[in-house]
Amino acid sequence: MVAERISWESVRRVGSRITTPLSPDDYLRLVNPLWTSRELRGRIEEVVRETDDAATIVIRPGWGWHYDHKPGQYVGIGIQVDGKFHWRSYSVSSPPRRSGGTIAITVRAMPEGFLSEHLVSGLEPGTILRLAKPQGDFVLPDPPPARMLFLVGGSGITPVMAMLRTLHRRGSLPDVRLVYSSTTEERMIFRDELRSLAEEHDGFSLHEQYTDSDGVLSFPDDLEQLCPDWRERETYACGPAPMLDACEEAFEAAGLEERLHLERFSLDLGGDGAEGGTLTFSNTNKSYDADGAETVLEAGEAAGVGMPYGCRMGICHTCTLTLVEGTVRDLRSGEELSGPNERIQTCVTALAGDCTLDI
Amino acid sequence: MAIADVKEYTHLSSEEVEELGRELDQIRQDIEESRCDADAAYINRLIKVQRGLAAAGRVTLFASRWRPAWVAGTAMLGVAKILENMEIGHNVMHGQWDWMNDPEIHSSTWEWDTAQPAEQWKHSHNYVHHQFTNVLGHDNDIGYGILRMAREQKWHPANLGQPVYNALLATLFQWGVALHDLDIEAIRKMEKDPEVMKKQLAQIGRKVRRQVGKDYVIFPLLTGPAWRSTMSANMTANLMRNLWSYMIIFCGHFPDGALHFSEEEIEDETRAEWYLRQMLGSANFTGGPLLHVMSGNLGYQIEHHLFPDLPSNRYAEISDRVRPLCEKYGIPYTTGPLHRQYGQALRTIMKLSLPNRMTKADRPDGPHGPEVQRGRLSDAERQQKRRELGGWSSRASA
Repeated sequence: MVAERISWESVRRVGSRITTPLSPDDYLRLVNPLWTSRELRGRIEEVVRETDDAATIVIRPGWGWHYDHKPGQYVGIGIQVDGKFHWRSYSVSSPPRRSGGTIAITVRAMPEGFLSEHLVSGLEPGTILRLAKPQGDFVLPDPPPARMLFLVGGSGITPVMAMLRTLHRRGSLPDVRLVYSSTTEERMIFRDELRSLAEEHDGFSLHEQYTDSDGVLSFPDDLEQLCPDWRERETYACGPAPMLDACEEAFEAAGLEERLHLERFSLDLGGDGAEGGTLTFSNTNKSYDADGAETVLEAGEAAGVGMPYGCRMGICHTCTLTLVEGTVRDLRSGEELSGPNERIQTCVTALAGDCTLDI
Repeated sequence: MAIADVKEYTHLSSEEVEELGRELDQIRQDIEESRCDADAAYINRLIKVQRGLAAAGRVTLFASRWRPAWVAGTAMLGVAKILENMEIGHNVMHGQWDWMNDPEIHSSTWEWDTAQPAEQWKHSHNYVHHQFTNVLGHDNDIGYGILRMAREQKWHPANLGQPVYNALLATLFQWGVALHDLDIEAIRKMEKDPEVMKKQLAQIGRKVRRQVGKDYVIFPLLTGPAWRSTMSANMTANLMRNLWSYMIIFCGHFPDGALHFSEEEIEDETRAEWYLRQMLGSANFTGGPLLHVMSGNLGYQIEHHLFPDLPSNRYAEISDRVRPLCEKYGIPYTTGPLHRQYGQALRTIMKLSLPNRMTKADRPDGPHGPEVQRGRLSDAERQQKRRELGGWSSRASA
């Protein structure tokens, strides 16, 4: 595998001598849009409608994609709408495969989300989109815990589905309880598949909560009813923020926060921020005093510099710029990155002292 | 006479100039808001055509010992190089397509098919030329340090050779461009920062090795028995590109109607006055859509200088709005057929090879002003860069 990859790299290097200043991939992609590893790309193979407002999008990734995502991770998707690439991240709902094939994401059209709407109803098979590598810590451990509880609301089912499918494919679901809330039965994504999984596996049981008619679950009272042994289970929760907050509170009250694993669909730049400092733009010699909570991207925009940006959540790397000097802190991990010539994602980093940025 | 005050020259009041600025800002905003799928499709299609032509040309040249294949292959390759340099490379590096958020068509990552490294181009062109357009002593593109193109530039006996230098510059245009940002004069006077010079030379060396290797070593070797004809074809294609881009570029600011400015003009110059200077300092040429595509839409030089980072496929539409504005404010809008515009540039080259007293000025701005200093300014002596000119990476990190 390694030998193969090295030889591809050297073929590309030799090839680039005749295609310079371009890379051979820049020509090959005109033959087949997926024959390039310059940027990760994928082609939509199929759009499968799951409910009235949700669809599964099956994507065939191009060169350079490694099918090594962990069940539960998300990928960045960049689609060109009105000529401009927009980025969002979606959980992969298909289980990882050893080799080849496709990946699937499941998307619900949000009333205010023009991109999700576009994904669900506006995309033709054959459309080329950009991909960003799988990320995320909300993953199924290997080996999986013996007893698990999944607390899911709405489209929060997607990462959990990847986990369940992985367990199913391996042939055995351990003791798994799924408590799945949806406004109505019709809007419940994957309900048929989940029901048949529940029939097939003795260890797997499913509770369907229709919140329009039955009300929202309350924690921990309803949990005592639906899953009396919840305290003994590794719990994975994914869904709307109020549900996750209530869930977190209940687990904290029980002193069990270590057993709870959460996936929030919005960027949490919780961190401690950074010290802030003066940000200088080497191109114009403009400078700007940024505080530690402001991202480098926000600081640049506030200073009136035409900053490149994409997803604004650290996925797509469109905003990456070179740090000439100084130190920034990654607001997600707290990791510090220092110049010179460090490539930083401006949308998720903040200044830890004075910095100079190459733009 | 070099213009010291655009307002005074155009007989416009400050209010009128600011009003003109607002109208031009409105055009910018309208175009920015209407950029869409069709624009993205345009640049993608053009890139496809250009790469297709390049590939087809290269393949055809394997049979280049057969004369018709040599002609066809050379033509395709030459056209591909012209399209790449003019309509694609130049415009992408201005940031005209950055709005698409496409990392593969972006000013920060684009490298073009010519000897000059993209980064040095972005400095010498996007910043120095576009910001200081036609300001004597500031814009190094007035004669490129090789030709005397303004009567205010001091005559030297060496200028007698201008007709020859001009022919050499046209033939070897890509090499002239490659060395443009180095500032040979500063190197000669030992005024150049050795650190920066070393970096620039290394950059140029790397690029030249790859470019020359491709056209004059690797492809001839690949074509085996046809190596000799492949090499001559590649040389001819490069020559085609050199002559064509030289001619188009000389029509941008050297026709008689494109005026010069003295440095008083850029002191406290407002954004609207900057617009006005761009309009007075640039010249268009007329022609059909094919001519405009082949010349990177630089036939709309005035529009390009007003809005260097708006997509080039929209310049025709922009010119339909700029021209009436010029009429409304009584500002000259210099344009004419390509042969006339180039003819005027050529006449200036010839005339200015002689001392001023032996020739008569052709420019509408009358007698010439005081002589300007030779040599270039360093970035430290210049104003901050305007945003809309497109980016370039800093010298220090080059």
